[in-house]
Amino acid sequence: MVKNILNEENFEKLQAAINENRNKKGALMPVLHEAQKIFGCIPLEVQKRISEELSVPLSEIYGVVTFYSQFTLESRGEFVIGVCLGTACYVKGAQPIIDKISELTGTKVGKTSADGKFTLEATRCIGACGLAPVLTVNEDVYGRLVVADIPEIVKKY
Amino acid sequence: MDKITLTIDNIKVEVPSNYTVLEAAKTAGVDVPTLCYMKKVNEIGACRVCVVEVEGNRNLQASCVFPVAEGMVVKTNTKKVREARKATVELILSNHNRECLTCARNKSCELQSLSEELNISSVPFVGERTETTIDQESPSIVRDSSKCILCGRCVNVCKNVQGIGILDFTNRGFETEVSPAFGKSMKDAPCIYCGQCIVACPVAALREKEDIERVWDAIEDKDLHVVVQTAPAVRAALGEEFGHPIGTRVTGKMVAALKRLGFDKVFDTNYAADLTIMEEGHELLHRIQEGGVLPLITSCSPGWVRYCEFNYPEFLPNLSSCKSPHQMMGAVVKSYYAEKHNIDPKKIFVVSVMPCTSKKSESARPELAVKGMKDVDAVLTTRELAKMIKQARIDFNRLEDAEFDPALGHYTGAGVIFGATGGVMEAALRTVAEVLEGKSIEAIDYHMVRGVEGIKEAEVTVGGKTIKLAVAHGTAMAAKLLDMIKSGEKQYHFVEIMGCSGGCVTGGGQPHVPAKVKMDCDIRIERAKALYEEDTQMQYRKSHENPLIKEIYDNFLGKPNSHKAHELLHTHYTARDKY
Repeated sequence: MVKNILNEENFEKLQAAINENRNKKGALMPVLHEAQKIFGCIPLEVQKRISEELSVPLSEIYGVVTFYSQFTLESRGEFVIGVCLGTACYVKGAQPIIDKISELTGTKVGKTSADGKFTLEATRCIGACGLAPVLTVNEDVYGRLVVADIPEIVKKY
Repeated sequence: MDKITLTIDNIKVEVPSNYTVLEAAKTAGVDVPTLCYMKKVNEIGACRVCVVEVEGNRNLQASCVFPVAEGMVVKTNTKKVREARKATVELILSNHNRECLTCARNKSCELQSLSEELNISSVPFVGERTETTIDQESPSIVRDSSKCILCGRCVNVCKNVQGIGILDFTNRGFETEVSPAFGKSMKDAPCIYCGQCIVACPVAALREKEDIERVWDAIEDKDLHVVVQTAPAVRAALGEEFGHPIGTRVTGKMVAALKRLGFDKVFDTNYAADLTIMEEGHELLHRIQEGGVLPLITSCSPGWVRYCEFNYPEFLPNLSSCKSPHQMMGAVVKSYYAEKHNIDPKKIFVVSVMPCTSKKSESARPELAVKGMKDVDAVLTTRELAKMIKQARIDFNRLEDAEFDPALGHYTGAGVIFGATGGVMEAALRTVAEVLEGKSIEAIDYHMVRGVEGIKEAEVTVGGKTIKLAVAHGTAMAAKLLDMIKSGEKQYHFVEIMGCSGGCVTGGGQPHVPAKVKMDCDIRIERAKALYEEDTQMQYRKSHENPLIKEIYDNFLGKPNSHKAHELLHTHYTARDKY
């Protein structure tokens, strides 16, 4: 069950972040970083509030949110699985791995599973080419993978 | 400003030290191509079409943002420059929907002209295309991303000149799309439909929603009595579509063309502008004398009205309850005119030719109707009228001047100047001053409210009373003025606001003028001159002196702001939520 992130408490935290940054030049970026942390994503309702408070057009905020990959419009799962699709991982067979995870978790790349547990992401090179192909689940790193390793990893979470 | 000397293509030229290389080239008579550049609106060096070689610089420089320096040596026509420009435009074209033959901007497209000028004969880059969106849901504006070249002109005109920011770059890289937030339709964003994005767009990525076919069908329908009216600003710009210089007034030819197109009657919105002055002028007098809500703010510009509804709902009681002139005209045609000429109003089809795209949305407002009949049935922009004239193969320049149909075609100089910023204010003053003074006034040129300064202020003393006035054009300027009124910093009796910078003459429905031409021609000033010129030539220059206006009050409406006038000529407004 996905919990309601758009609650009063979170909006109060957002307001505090806005107040703290309001008079700074380029206040939008730090506020968006805070918003992403507070809500786990930056949906329409949150962008609207930021737009009104900072007097920045909604289209501009949406433009920034969709430009930077650290901001997301939809909430992310409890576990974020990042499969590296950098060159080394890709040639070592990252694609079948990502397909397998997608199948097991019922999650498409870039999306979150219906139960809110997993988010599946294809990442750029994460700098662990020696371990290729590699994936991360939140802070955990798994390397030198083959497709057969995947069910066990997914089961752990 | 200090002057510096530089050399461009072996030509020595002296220019102010704050010039860009592009401006210096212009001074030297050297033509550098541009695409994303739009003077004072979009100077971002994004498209790289204006690149030049600057001696001592390893890379080519975007001349539109590169500052001049003493002794600089610039070359604009080398092999390196030509090849770079060509490759840049070829890359743009590789991801552009090249359906030029059937495009709304065929022959008025800046990208098309540029391709021809750069001698581009093929597009060598074949490959993937960005996914595209066509948004046709709004009553005024169509957004077609398959044509968009991501120059950012619309983004910056909307954000900075209008202070709204409906459009922006979304996503990144190959997926970049200029769009409203969350990919919403323009209809679901707080867009005021001013169409400034359309006149900024070099291609057809933004264009008006055409109503041409519906109007042709109405003309064809023998059962319908089709009445057309033209706004003042149309005559100041239509000629451009037929090769006339900017600022040429083509009133007589325009009327002749409309008659040739087959409209049953050709009326002038100026007549209704005179009517507006009678209603609005008396509304002002009433509010001043009876202690009503002040300042009274004009309501002729539907873009401004929408802006107010979205952004400053607290000022809605200040808005004049007067309908905009073309809506008044529609209401009068379907009541007074229909009655007088014994025509069934249900069989009357009113077409408005407007310099404005927001008028399309305005005419669809449900409250702008009387007895279930819409005041206005179709709105065409000046550009659409030009298309119809071309389609009908009318040789516009050889037409003999014709006169508006007399039933509702007489107007005053006051009505004509409605099309320029400050014009509604000046027209109102000409009438209000006489009412307050109780006698005829000779000095009726109110120069202090003319011109293109963003906010103009004036005080006039009439009948022993000082009236404080302000005029703003472009909604960013309107916001600035309203904020000052809200904070109590400024107090006025009467405020004129028009949604577009320059007023209707530079509305979103006016003929396209390439950014290149706008670089050294302020079209707001040139087109306004045409209207002020017509004003001086009119027999009557004050709205209340228009014989037809006297007639409609004597025979039909009673007096200004009467019950009947309210029923037909006044309206109300609604606060609207953004998104």
